[in-house]
Amino acid sequence: MGDTSEFSLAIRLFLRAYPWRRIDPVPWAPLKKPLSQSRLALVSTAGMVLPGQPRFDETIKGGDCSFREIPAATVPGQLVDTHRSESFDHRGVQSDPNLAFPLERVLELAARGRIGSVNDRHLSFMGSITAPGRLTRDSAPAAAALLVADEVDVALLVPV
Amino acid sequence: MCNQAVCLVAAEFERRGIRTVALVLLREVAERVRPPRALALPFPHGYPLDAPGEPARQHAVIEAALQVLEREPATPPLLVDWANGMGAGSMVSGSQGTASPT
Repeated sequence: MGDTSEFSLAIRLFLRAYPWRRIDPVPWAPLKKPLSQSRLALVSTAGMVLPGQPRFDETIKGGDCSFREIPAATVPGQLVDTHRSESFDHRGVQSDPNLAFPLERVLELAARGRIGSVNDRHLSFMGSITAPGRLTRDSAPAAAALLVADEVDVALLVPV
Repeated sequence: MCNQAVCLVAAEFERRGIRTVALVLLREVAERVRPPRALALPFPHGYPLDAPGEPARQHAVIEAALQVLEREPATPPLLVDWANGMGAGSMVSGSQGTASPT
């Protein structure tokens, strides 16, 4: 199992003391149709942006809760890793962005019929958010509204 | 913090009718934050889909996540541990594999 032993002592102590949020009650959406008929969107918190998009703002206290829209047809190599964390090895996602933003994998799933379709846009967040109030109050509901308007049925969320 | 962020975003999506599955790299974060559905992975941070340049291994993780997404009935929250063999063969056979490793 992944654990915190990969982190520095300072980060381990921070994580131990951190007041993790607790989702209660836990929402539960029905699976409205088989996955083979469902539209899927990706959400990655790997902090990736496209050239020309504003980078995530590392100076915002508590973290940048904004998100970027990533077209489904994006060539993974176009994605730029802007994640500010130095507590993980960036070489994997830099050599293959599918590792944290599996654009090509989900297109392959749709081609095989495992899922019905891939939404025209995916969403990219910066996961280094220690004060998530704005995330849960503003940006995550706004992100959900976009995907509801796109008639997305299911979402796969990938941290880094 | 990435682990908490995906869990919190998942909950907001779920409240609005989008069914979600979150990958998590720290099981204890998912236990505390309680996203609706999560697959706990044994990989280090930076490697959520196992390995770069390895589409079959990446597909195995995604397939396991899709099986968590499909799992019914279940009492929320649903937290499933990755096990070797989950999602195996998904690229080879195109099958849905099994929800539980044998």
